Amino acid sequence: MSEPLLPPIGMLAELTHRCPLQCPYCSNPLELLKANRELDTQTWLDLFSQAADLGILQVHLSGGEPTLRRDLEQLIAGLSARGVYTNLITAGVGIAEGRIEAFAEAGLDHLQLSFQGARPATTDRIGNHKGGHEKKLETARRARAAGLPLTINAPIHRHNIEEVPEFIDLALSLGAERLEIANVQYAGWALTNRDQLMPERAAVDRQAEIVAAARERLTGIMNIDFVPPDYFAIYPKPCMGGWARDAFMVTPDGTVLPCHAAQTIPSLSFERFGPRSLAEIWIDSPAFNAFRGTDWMQQPCRSCERREIDWGGCRCQAMAIAGDAAATDPACEKSPIHARMAMLIDEAQRAAADPSKDEQFVYRRIGVVTEPA
Amino acid sequence: MMALRERSLVSPRSVPSLPKHVRLQYDPVRQAFAVLSPEKVFWPNDISLDILRRCDGRSTVGHIIAGLAVEYDAEQEAVAADVIAFLQEWSDKLLVKL
Repeated sequence: MSEPLLPPIGMLAELTHRCPLQCPYCSNPLELLKANRELDTQTWLDLFSQAADLGILQVHLSGGEPTLRRDLEQLIAGLSARGVYTNLITAGVGIAEGRIEAFAEAGLDHLQLSFQGARPATTDRIGNHKGGHEKKLETARRARAAGLPLTINAPIHRHNIEEVPEFIDLALSLGAERLEIANVQYAGWALTNRDQLMPERAAVDRQAEIVAAARERLTGIMNIDFVPPDYFAIYPKPCMGGWARDAFMVTPDGTVLPCHAAQTIPSLSFERFGPRSLAEIWIDSPAFNAFRGTDWMQQPCRSCERREIDWGGCRCQAMAIAGDAAATDPACEKSPIHARMAMLIDEAQRAAADPSKDEQFVYRRIGVVTEPA
Repeated sequence: MMALRERSLVSPRSVPSLPKHVRLQYDPVRQAFAVLSPEKVFWPNDISLDILRRCDGRSTVGHIIAGLAVEYDAEQEAVAADVIAFLQEWSDKLLVKL
């Protein structure tokens, strides 16, 4: 190890893969788990307790749609009792009367609400859920009324990148403290729909200017976090802040992963909570140790002055595009195959312009895709 | 409850507090105080921690400066500049409410 192993800070808990929306860029894996594979209440509570012992300070409760878990109040209360900061990541449709107040009562610290579009028609089309936008607005109002701090999350792609200014106005009008303008990352479902989702370069450049100006204008009023699109980047993102460095995630059946898409790396096998403790998995799991620190790196990462800034970028993107999970993330201009990113952008633009190509998304649904693309 | 729609500027009469989405708590695993916010965790140094602890929604910035000047046996003016700069920065990041 090139640095001592520190305790993890954050954990993403995917409580379920069930979801009323079918966003074509969902970060869940293509092979979604059905409800009968989900951990029960007590197992999640045990897992959370071990997470707190291990040093986890923040848990992001996600899915699928986490509010579909009828025990969510109990899970929040369990985390809250251990002093863990809880963030609920919700699509905000179909939340029963009184539940948001119950989450707040149980000790929820923060609510993050996704909007697929700033306009109702966009939200409804991308999520493939009629009336979704209206329900989300109502969720935002109920969250504010319950005194919950609010982040609006806007996943950005070709079909809503022009709505970025409207997203900013929407988040302000809903009283959000924070807005995430997060360009879609091409793994899982987004990789399947990449040609459909890839924005144009000019739109990406415009977006960057709009966000920079809004951040300046809204200093001290609303925080804007900006996740730029990888394919247009010069340097890669330090995915997860570095592989197994300070965060991890757990799938609905208790499989513990260093990141969302880690299961797309065929050489790795992952362990489940239950047979092994969280501490054992965090410290000893071969999959966690595979890309930890910098010792695993090849050139150009190995001798790069940015190796402890970018941590090699995204392992899953290296796998998907370079065919080698230990390669430099091709998003990096120092990658020998960086030019491939520009080719993929061009390919997507050509596909988008070709009227003979089917313009339909592969919507996220259980059982639609059985083999990874 | 609406978020503040105007940028707040620190004055000696401001009464800072931690907003609802921010929590200052002791972490027994790392034996240090952490500031928890929606996506980030901060590890304040001793001076920052002394300021944040006084952001209790009752004390004015003037009181906080006077208290710290006594505690650190320092010139009030120097302390004031540091405290005001710190609080403005944290307020601009919505980590402190004025």
